[in-house]
Amino acid sequence: MEYLIGIQGQDFVLVAADNIAANSIIQMKQDQDKMFKLSDKILLLCVGEAGDTVQFAEYIQKNIQLYKMRNGYELSPKAAANFTRKNLADYLRSRTPYHVNLLLAGFDETDGPGLYYMDHLSALAKAPFAAHGYGAYLTLSILDRYYRPDLTRDEAVDLLKKCVEELNKRFILNLPSFTVRLIDTEGIHDLEKLMPVGAKLLAPAPSS
Amino acid sequence: MALASVLQSESVDFSNYGRQRHGFASGLYEAELGLESVGGDRLSFALSTSCSNGDGPDRKIEFLHGTTTLAFKFQHGVIVAVDSRATAGSYIASQTVKKVIEINPYLLGTMAGGAADCSFWERLLARQCRVYELRNKERISVAAASKLLANMVYQYKGMGLSMGTMVCGWDKTGPGLYYVDSEGNRVCGDLFAVGSGSMYAYGIVDSGLKQKDLTVEEACDLGRRAIYQATYRDAYSGGQVNLYHVHSEGWTRVSQSDVLMLHQQYQAEKA
Repeated sequence: MEYLIGIQGQDFVLVAADNIAANSIIQMKQDQDKMFKLSDKILLLCVGEAGDTVQFAEYIQKNIQLYKMRNGYELSPKAAANFTRKNLADYLRSRTPYHVNLLLAGFDETDGPGLYYMDHLSALAKAPFAAHGYGAYLTLSILDRYYRPDLTRDEAVDLLKKCVEELNKRFILNLPSFTVRLIDTEGIHDLEKLMPVGAKLLAPAPSS
Repeated sequence: MALASVLQSESVDFSNYGRQRHGFASGLYEAELGLESVGGDRLSFALSTSCSNGDGPDRKIEFLHGTTTLAFKFQHGVIVAVDSRATAGSYIASQTVKKVIEINPYLLGTMAGGAADCSFWERLLARQCRVYELRNKERISVAAASKLLANMVYQYKGMGLSMGTMVCGWDKTGPGLYYVDSEGNRVCGDLFAVGSGSMYAYGIVDSGLKQKDLTVEEACDLGRRAIYQATYRDAYSGGQVNLYHVHSEGWTRVSQSDVLMLHQQYQAEKA
C-alpha cells in the first residue's frame, strides 16, 4: 500500500515517499510525511504497521540526537543505519517486534552519499537504489534499466518521475502525491511534491 | 444471530510473529467472510473479511466499531457529530449512549470501539491533561493531548484494546483535530469519520465540504446530515445525533436530534 524509493547519485541521495495514511480501505490523510529527520544530513523513511512506524522512527530519532548531545558529534549514516538495524533485531524476537520497513538516506563528509535498505526482519543492505511496498515490484525493473552511478540531480528526478508514472498507470491504488527530498553536502532539501497527472487528489477542507 | 453466539473471538496470539489478528472464519463454509463476535459484555462489533492483500501479516478489511462518529474542521472551528447506539452483536443495548467525552472545557474526545476502553482511557487522558495544566501553568495543546493518549494505548498494542477516537479542540495554534486508535495510529487532519458507518459519512461530508466557507449553521447541518445518512444505511448506528461545535472559547453542545425525527424532517423537505 505504501511506497518508498531512494536513488543514490555521485554526491547526493534522492528519496521519495507517498503521502497516504490509510486505515483499512479508507484514506484518512493525503499529506502524511513519512520521512523522519535523524540529523542534518540523515533521513529515515519509515512505513509499516500503524503505530510501530511513528513510535520506532521517533525512538531512533531521539536516540541519534541523544548520541550527539552526549558525545559532541553526530553518528555517520552508516553508523546510524547499523544502530537502527541493531534495535530492530533486538526487538525482533521479543514480545513486541516492530513491523516496519525502512530506507535510511544520508550524506557523510568522508564516505559521500549512502542509501541503506532495511526491512522488518532486520536485514540491512547498502544499495545504489531501493524501494519498499507493492510499488517496488513495478519500479525496481525501471531502476535496474535506467540507473547509472553518475546520474545528475535532474536525471535522478526524471528517473523518479518515470517510476511514479508507472505506479500511476499500473498500480491499483491511487497514490496522488509524493514527498521528495534530496540530501547532499549542504544538507536536506525539500523538492517539489510529485503529483502524477490524472491521479485524484482530495481537495483540502477550508480551514481558518 | 445464533451463529454469532456460537463463534468465539480469537484472542491475539503472541507466539506468532508480529501482531496478527486472526478473524474467525466459520468452518461451515469455505467463503472468506468471517463473523467475529467479541464475548459477553463488550459493547462493540467487528465484521472482518479475509483478504489476501497487505504486505506483511495477514491483513483483513475490518469494518470495526458499531458506531458512526465524525469531526471536521472548517472556518469557524471544529464540528463533532456522533450517533448514540450501542450494540452487543446484533442486540441493541442502548440508543442513548454519550459518545462524546468532555475531556475539559476546550477538548473533546469521541468514542468508537469498546465503550469501556474509550471512556476509561479518555478519562485517564483528562487526568493527564489536568496534571499538565498544573505543572506548566498553561493549557495542553491538542497535539500533546493526542500524543499522550496514543503513547498510553501503544503500550497495550496487540492486547485486545479496541478504541478509535478523535481528539478535537482549540489551542493557541487554532482548531485541532487528531485521530488516535488502539492500533497505534495518530494522524492530524481536517476531516475524519470513524466506525462502521464511517464510509457513508465520508460520502456526505466530502461532497458537502466542496462548497467553500460554510457558516456555523451550514456546518452543523452537514454534520447532522452525515450521521443521519450513516444511521440510515448502517445497522449498527442509530439513536440520536449529538452535535458539538468547538470554537475559540471552547466547545458548545449544539443539539441532540433523534434520527427518526430527522428522517421525517428530511422526507418532508424532499416533498
